[in-house]
Amino acid sequence: MTIAAELLDPASPAYDEERPTIAFGTARDYFELLKPRVMQLVIFTALVGMLASPEPINPILGFASLLAIAVGAGASGCLNMWYDASIDAMMARTSTRPIPAGAVKPNEALAFGMTLSFGSVLFLGLIANWQSAAFLAFTIFFYVVIYTMWLKHWTAQNIVIGGAAGAFPPMIGYMAVTGDVSLESFLYFLLILVWTPPHFWALALVKSNEYARAGVPMLPVVAGPDATRLQILIYSLALIPVGMAPALISHAGWIYLTVATAFGVVLAYFAYDLYRKREGDEGRKAAFRLFGTSIIYLFALFGARLVEQLLPFIPWSLMK
Amino acid sequence: MSGPSHLPELTEEELRRRNARSRALGWFLGALVILFFVVTIAKLGGNVLNRPI
Repeated sequence: MTIAAELLDPASPAYDEERPTIAFGTARDYFELLKPRVMQLVIFTALVGMLASPEPINPILGFASLLAIAVGAGASGCLNMWYDASIDAMMARTSTRPIPAGAVKPNEALAFGMTLSFGSVLFLGLIANWQSAAFLAFTIFFYVVIYTMWLKHWTAQNIVIGGAAGAFPPMIGYMAVTGDVSLESFLYFLLILVWTPPHFWALALVKSNEYARAGVPMLPVVAGPDATRLQILIYSLALIPVGMAPALISHAGWIYLTVATAFGVVLAYFAYDLYRKREGDEGRKAAFRLFGTSIIYLFALFGARLVEQLLPFIPWSLMK
Repeated sequence: MSGPSHLPELTEEELRRRNARSRALGWFLGALVILFFVVTIAKLGGNVLNRPI
């Protein structure tokens, strides 16, 4: 038990009912509330969305817009942790998060998340445009209210629909520069949307007992592991053409196309492997392998597109 | 004017964490000031010089 949890736990000898509790979290605890790993992905995909714009980007305003989008995403993660603290406490994977660990009190997390939500939306509106700010506000609302408070506890399709919140950043990035959306930014949205189910369900397969105990109707809990494996395979196969689409019907180039095709086939193979290996340790390993590969897949595709976007800015003439 | 303090005696760990939190908040606010200044200049662009002297 952490020192913070000891001071807050009535069963602990360190607990004193008369003693007013003060904030105990460190800066790191507050940073953890923002789900930094998710923020990394948001920064990466929003940057690709921004650079897909045909218009020139002021680097300072571009950086600040990216920061606002990342903080908005972090704020929604913080509000998610605030609302789901009791569920997080029941699951091994999430029980060390700042709220269940006792480092940050729920009300502090709520205030922190709300402040950052309003601040990031206002900042993006002032430095970029109000269309993208409204889109960021909608994304936060979608993730916190539609996904966290409603879908997650109601349907096994929670992450299929809720995945949209994580898929919006490339469109917000593009909109921050142009005030509009484009086919390419929409295709990146579609890519993340189709990628989300196999990514999450691979993990949910391994953690289905914890989700069941917490009362979260994830697909493996509701439909069983075999049906989940089939769904994972279907989505992974669909991901091959969806991943290639930005190159086939939009502006992405051959580097992106090569990476999207190769990694799409590899991901589908691991999904098939998971479909075949249903029992024991082998099945568990196959699920973890697919989960890890899915993360590499998304970073590889957006990384390839980022390389293509940055190539024109390299001063080749200076290297001769 | 000084009255009785309602704050509890802080433990060493609580003091250390509060100081660390305050320092982090200070750095964050400082970075925010610099960010707002730089963004304002970037937004003004060339217009910053386009005014009657």
